[in-house]
Amino acid sequence: MNKTYVEMKNICKTFGVIRANRNVNFSVYEGEIHGLLGENGAGKSTLVNMLSGIYTPDSGSIFIHGEQVNIHSPKHAIELGIGMIHQHFKLIDVLTAAENVLLGHSQSVFISNKSRIKSIQNVMEKYGMEIDLNKRIMDMSVSEKQTVEILKVLYRGSKILILDEPTAVLTPQEIDKLFTVLKNLAETGCAIIIITHKLNEIMSVTDRVTVLRQGETVSTLETRKTNIRELTELMVGKPVNLSIERIHSRKGDLLLSVKGLTALGEHNVPVLDNVTFDLYEGEILGVAGVAGSGQKELCETIAGLYPVEKGDIYFKGENIVGFSPREIIKRGVSMSFIPEDRLGMGLVPSMNMIDNMLLKDYVNQPGITVNRKPAKEKAERVSKRLEIQAPSIYTAIRKLSGGNIQKVLLGREIDANPHLLITAYPVRGLDIGASYNIYDLLKEQKQKGVGILYIGEDLDVLIELCDRIMVLCDGKVTGITGSESITKEGLGLMMAGETLSSIKKGDVVCKS
Amino acid sequence: MQIIKREGTSTKQIIMIRLIAIIAAIIVSGIFIVFLGYNPVKVYVNMISGALGSKIRFRATLLEMVPLVITSLGILVAFKMKFWNIGGEGQILMGAFGATYIALFVDWIPKPLVIPVMFIVGFLAGGIWGIIPAFFKANFGANETIMTLMLNYIATQWITYLQYGPWRDPDLKGFAKIANFPDHALLPKVFGIHIGLIISLVLVIIISWFLRRTKRGFEISVVGESVSTARYAGMDISRIIITTMLLSGGLCGITGVIQAAGVNKTLTMNVSSGYGFTAVITTYLSGLRAQRVLIVSFLFAILLQGGSYIQSALQIPQAAADVLQGMILFCALGSEFFVNYKVRFRKNSISSEVK
Repeated sequence: MNKTYVEMKNICKTFGVIRANRNVNFSVYEGEIHGLLGENGAGKSTLVNMLSGIYTPDSGSIFIHGEQVNIHSPKHAIELGIGMIHQHFKLIDVLTAAENVLLGHSQSVFISNKSRIKSIQNVMEKYGMEIDLNKRIMDMSVSEKQTVEILKVLYRGSKILILDEPTAVLTPQEIDKLFTVLKNLAETGCAIIIITHKLNEIMSVTDRVTVLRQGETVSTLETRKTNIRELTELMVGKPVNLSIERIHSRKGDLLLSVKGLTALGEHNVPVLDNVTFDLYEGEILGVAGVAGSGQKELCETIAGLYPVEKGDIYFKGENIVGFSPREIIKRGVSMSFIPEDRLGMGLVPSMNMIDNMLLKDYVNQPGITVNRKPAKEKAERVSKRLEIQAPSIYTAIRKLSGGNIQKVLLGREIDANPHLLITAYPVRGLDIGASYNIYDLLKEQKQKGVGILYIGEDLDVLIELCDRIMVLCDGKVTGITGSESITKEGLGLMMAGETLSSIKKGDVVCKS
Repeated sequence: MQIIKREGTSTKQIIMIRLIAIIAAIIVSGIFIVFLGYNPVKVYVNMISGALGSKIRFRATLLEMVPLVITSLGILVAFKMKFWNIGGEGQILMGAFGATYIALFVDWIPKPLVIPVMFIVGFLAGGIWGIIPAFFKANFGANETIMTLMLNYIATQWITYLQYGPWRDPDLKGFAKIANFPDHALLPKVFGIHIGLIISLVLVIIISWFLRRTKRGFEISVVGESVSTARYAGMDISRIIITTMLLSGGLCGITGVIQAAGVNKTLTMNVSSGYGFTAVITTYLSGLRAQRVLIVSFLFAILLQGGSYIQSALQIPQAAADVLQGMILFCALGSEFFVNYKVRFRKNSISSEVK
């Protein structure tokens, strides 16, 4: 039997009236990847925050390497060998990877020197990690940044790693890479705690999993002896139907017709290259692709936020290229793009729900003053309809949880009764219940005859939810296919650049 | 010892922190005064009575407050948009320049209309001085801090040039000064104080309403918080930046008009006398709320007026009075840190949490 690295016994923590953790018991062994599973608000973050010294438990005891400790500060946690990798990276953009790793650790005046870099390289070699140490953080992709975060923690000698929703911002390929690194780490004797609510990730990477529900430990299971269905039931507390029922609605009129759309990015490299597709009323057209294949630019060109180099966008027969964003909004095009940091575009973090509801509507009000009454009604309506958990509609959006922020954005866009709804990553980082809630909302819109352009990450969901799927690779359309006649593997190949016709010849990855 | 960001500070805590800051300022400054060889209690009493002690002194304090209030409102509008306008000085001078042109060199305007026209022209002249950096920021992404600062120097030199050159009063032989305004171009007085005071109070109400209730005010807040969200919502960012800076510069311009036509009675470099920079502090201390600008400016005026009073009453050197003002300001601004952060002391023993 391996040594127990972490043991938490009867941990309780309350915040005001909320009992975030009630008698939680939790242990992690050497060389183990341990999943912490639970819906939003189940108490996962609270629990690990007590391990990393951000909170102290009200009662209960924590043992690290068998010794009882009272972790009183993040610094103390680091000294105990506990390293936390947060969902939002805490890196300094203008510094290089090496400088970030050494930051706060180095005692000398000069941040970088050869021997230190050598020791970082040793750590990387030991765990089989790859990163350019001289690259600045601002030039890095999300997954590279995450690698730096992990490296930072390892360099400080942490043997216990906590990862808070590490995959929420990664592409499938990047997730695979991360998991390989994690497995390497476990093999060399680290104990890894990974917080997630993505069940397939739990299944593929963890050795054991602890399920939390409403602040209590429901159960700790060995991953290979359980399955997704059981875990879902434990997590939600009741059996859940995991398939998305596809609604077959009557195909309506042509709504959006994009022809030869080309847009340029940095250094005049095309980010959208001759993109052509049609979208009908009452249809969900899915867009698949690795991150950065032109999804963002596609959304933004249609919404009038990104300059079009060539090509036409016909909305209800009218070419909207060159129209201002406001003119496009007026025609009934709604866009909700959930960026990686969730707050980047579409909402004003410091304002409350009411003012955020006003964002697009205020301009249509008569006179020079704003009337917040209709916005208040709208906020109440949206918040009821999407079951938004917020102290009140007067709370600044910034203070809500990620899932609720997304609901505010999507809710506002749906409430505007659009003809065309563009939605990108609407379930990013949401738990199961909330995700299915959003799928239901989208299906409801589809039934109303709204045309939906759905940019998603989860291929299973794309296949189940959408009528047709368009695959983008480097800004080019590699194929548009009916979602019932394609498999996940087929989509994967197209995402990597194979065209639909070439994979159809192979006939392995297409259903009849 | 740890420094921790506070999660939402309650009003009660904020008031406590501010009170402690003021007490700390009084004590520290008191020690300083003792070292100078004065009785701190006497100095403080003199400061207060110098600012509020008699009708005349109180009036002088209010006169000091007016330019601070109006300039702060101008700066506030820009800061709300996260446009760091530190060009208040230049905008004040240009506003005064516009008013002076009307007062001295335009004789076809009927006399009762001269003052209203001076305000309009002053507003526009200050506004144009605000629009210049706004235009470059909106179209070329120029750094507004540098540009507004540089425009201060251009305005200063321009006024100096006028004073020694084309606008020099030929009747004053050998003395470089612009002619005094004719009587009909001087601000009328109410209760012994020029109408600038009333204007400043009305402007506080208007700007407060403007930012909270109007569409333009809403747009300014959105642009200030997130430009990408504003663009997404269909707002015309360039137009908003430029019109907001017209207002910001225009308000500073009005300060210039009032100082020229109400206090100096002509155009001199004293018209601005640092209000453009002082207003940055008062605006910051007000937490970008129009009503609080009034309170902060009043307290600041007491500090300025009381400071200059003790110089003459107790023969305290000006430098020492400035140090006093500086220390009080330091404590007031320093308390800002404790509003946002708390310091936690703890030892490495079990359950030694100090909140």
